[in-house]
Amino acid sequence: MKSSVITFPGSNCDRDMDVALKKFGFKNKMVWHADAELPKSDLVVLPGGFSYGDYLRCGSMASKSKIMQSVINFANSGGMVMGICNGFQILVETGLVPGVLLRNKYLEFICKNVFVKINDKKNKYFKNVDNDVLEFHIAHNEGNYFCTNDQLKEIEDNNQIAINYCDENGNIEDQFNPNGSIKNIAGIFNKEKNILGMMPHPERMIDTSLSGEDGSLFFKNLINNLK
Amino acid sequence: MIVNEQVAVDHGLKKDEYAKICELLKRTPNITELGIFSAMWNEHCSYKSSRLHLKKLPTKGKKVIQGPGENAGVIDIEDNDAIVFKIESHNHPSFIEPYQGAATGVGGIMRDVFTMGARPIANLNSIHFGSPQHKKTKNLLRGVVHGIGGYGNCMGVPTIAGQTSFDSSYNGNILVNAMTLGLVKKDKIFYSKAAGLNKPVIYVGSKTGRDGIHGASMASASFDEKIEEKKPTVQVGDPFTEKLLLEACLELMAGDSIIAIQDMGAAGLTSSSIEMASKGNLGIEINLNKVPCREAKMTPYEIMLSESQERMLIVLENGKEEQAKKIFDKWNLDFAVIGKTTKSKKIELYFDEEKVADIPVNTLVENSPMYDRKWKKAKLPKKNKIKKEDIKHLKIIDVLKKILANPNICSKEWIWQQYDHTVMGDTIQKPGGDAGVVKVHGTDKAVAASVDSSAVYCWAHPLTGGKQVVCESFRNLISVGAKPIAITNCLNFGSPENEENMGEFVECVQGIGEASEYLKFPVVSGNVSFYNQTKDEGIKPTPAIGGVGLIKDYKNMITMDVKEVNNLVLVIGKTEGHIDQSLFARNILDEKNGPPPEINLFNEKNNGETLLKLIDNNLIKSAHDVSLGGIITAVAKMCIRGKKGINIKKPKYLINEMEYFFAEDQGRYIVEINKKDFKKVADILNKNAVHFDELGTINENELYINDKTKVTIDELSSSNKSWLTNYMSK
Repeated sequence: MKSSVITFPGSNCDRDMDVALKKFGFKNKMVWHADAELPKSDLVVLPGGFSYGDYLRCGSMASKSKIMQSVINFANSGGMVMGICNGFQILVETGLVPGVLLRNKYLEFICKNVFVKINDKKNKYFKNVDNDVLEFHIAHNEGNYFCTNDQLKEIEDNNQIAINYCDENGNIEDQFNPNGSIKNIAGIFNKEKNILGMMPHPERMIDTSLSGEDGSLFFKNLINNLK
Repeated sequence: MIVNEQVAVDHGLKKDEYAKICELLKRTPNITELGIFSAMWNEHCSYKSSRLHLKKLPTKGKKVIQGPGENAGVIDIEDNDAIVFKIESHNHPSFIEPYQGAATGVGGIMRDVFTMGARPIANLNSIHFGSPQHKKTKNLLRGVVHGIGGYGNCMGVPTIAGQTSFDSSYNGNILVNAMTLGLVKKDKIFYSKAAGLNKPVIYVGSKTGRDGIHGASMASASFDEKIEEKKPTVQVGDPFTEKLLLEACLELMAGDSIIAIQDMGAAGLTSSSIEMASKGNLGIEINLNKVPCREAKMTPYEIMLSESQERMLIVLENGKEEQAKKIFDKWNLDFAVIGKTTKSKKIELYFDEEKVADIPVNTLVENSPMYDRKWKKAKLPKKNKIKKEDIKHLKIIDVLKKILANPNICSKEWIWQQYDHTVMGDTIQKPGGDAGVVKVHGTDKAVAASVDSSAVYCWAHPLTGGKQVVCESFRNLISVGAKPIAITNCLNFGSPENEENMGEFVECVQGIGEASEYLKFPVVSGNVSFYNQTKDEGIKPTPAIGGVGLIKDYKNMITMDVKEVNNLVLVIGKTEGHIDQSLFARNILDEKNGPPPEINLFNEKNNGETLLKLIDNNLIKSAHDVSLGGIITAVAKMCIRGKKGINIKKPKYLINEMEYFFAEDQGRYIVEINKKDFKKVADILNKNAVHFDELGTINENELYINDKTKVTIDELSSSNKSWLTNYMSK
């Protein structure tokens, strides 16, 4: 399986993602934001970080990068595109997934482990994951997902919510919402579910000596689903 | 502008210093030259009050590749890997403008590290605030934490450990010390020594603006009521540009075109160019019209003194300019050839085709003032006798809960959750433990780092306090299973012109020196911050020690959380019942006098090394050093982290229960072992003549003391965790 990770100026989880993808069997290439062509890929990842210093709005300048036109074309033709953290912010700025990401409710950066409940398994990202609840790691300042009521209705009607913040037993309640996201949304798909944007970093959960191992589950499953 | 004595005094120079400048130049300096002298001769850049004493610190060792004198220290961690590290203060600017002050402190120290070719892999910090009741404390704390996070998070470097304290002596002068560790290949370390004639001098990074002019001079003076007017001397940080600068520099460093490289930190272009020339015994000629400027009509004076951030100066091999420029173009950074190295041994500056400065380099460096300031030796205070009636009414659990909720003991989760501590995917011990630990990427090795200070002990007796901080750093590294290698120090003191403050400095440095010599824990880098003082009131002496150690196999790392019910808990090291200057004495008995706990360097080394032996033999399940709050506080924290309880019995000692549990004797650790290993552990401890007590056994969820009094761990946990969150949300 071939993957590509895009490096924007200010990306800082690009290496971590490269390490994770390779660990679970992807042949990964790093792609520079100013390139025009996307290498042949089964999966494209927009990594976390502070592309363009988060200036203007998080993800907004990166969404206009040269490479992004190729990424958008790839996504629109059904290609698998995953945006993590800043990558999620870039995805909402391109309009590939609906909604926006506001500053966290308490106006503070949050770095910690959280639990997320998988809302939909009829997609290539979460199909065959045995667990319903995963322990993931978040590290962001702008992860407060918001959308209009009409958009929310559409998202729910199409089952586009990928994961919700919850407790270890899968209870989706306000007190387990770290950043104020509407409906505890931690990640969403486009309508066709080939595009996933999520705040948590599975690439930081690939070893028991790190934050945990549920990221390993995610990646192992992802490469199998793509085969 | 005409330069005279008054203008020199306004620049922070003393009258006799000005006279010396005129004598060295054999003429009156012009305003640009005066500015350069004031920047190089201030306390912050010249170390004029401290140099004499710093020379006495042990700086050499088998593992030391580079000691003090470079941008940062470098130590060998085997397999051609090396760690570059340093700590630096950004106290004065952080009080004036907490967000930017703290942010640029973090940015500056990371630049010091990647200037040497190392990729930063971990940040730490030591931050100190006034009394929680003081009206400025909350906003300063919030601003500093946001600033540290804002910069480090954006750079994508994990903040893995730190220390926060509150004390009214910091009401008018907070401390913000930032430390960075970087990883480099031993044969790819870069230095700041220029070499060769007519080599191009290159400016890269951000443009030069008017921010931070006289920043270093501001940091070399006490505060007064006009402090708000100093805001323009605080630099403004741009972590995004620094991230690009980091990547661009590392890309250039992968080749072989760099002769010397130096970041523009305090005193900007002035100190960077002069340091490179001085170390290379060369001259440098700069055309200031070539310096990329952010604002129009900047004068030579402003260009030379600006402390705009995210800039580097490079001496390049001839003919490599185009190739280097391509890299900086790719990262959208300025790149300008601004001058060349010369044989003149002078700094020669040109602007609009006129020579605007002409100063022999040695007058700025070797001939800079050095003072043997007067200092007063501190007496060891007399011991207090605790009266039985003072402690009779105290209940141990109540005292423990109070101590766990003390601002200097309580959980700092509110702070470190705002720092990205997991980016780079190598953090294997997060903040909140004895030391932060990161894996050496792609290997089985791991590096542990801790930052410590004990202002109360240093204030009570500087010599003992100085020793204690080094020992505490040693202990923290050992507690996570790391072999301590070397330290960096950030020496925060009041005014060197005050004999008592100077005495605190001299004796703390002496104590640091003695301990680091004995423990073979040399000082490889550091920084001095004097004048942490408002009018006549200085801070408590606060030397901060950043220690670094190596864990050969990361799987042998130890954490402090207790692991398993029925395991045994031991105290390693002897408890004498030293209560003076303990948290118990100061906060519960309200007794602020007396000596700090004694340091016995033999025990310190022996206990620590023996514990490392136990760890190497896989006999230790969890460990934690005993520090503030004594044995019971240490045990309670281990239980809180491990979500388990313990049955404790005070061993038969002559001292009373309060003394045993709350004393702050040094050189002690709490360890958890499996019952079946007891004999092996006891044998090793006895063979090495290490005293130990059997303290108790792990249970499900209660702290149960001497079979009579108990409390649930949940209750202790909530005492420990709620203070800071509640304080900040009020």
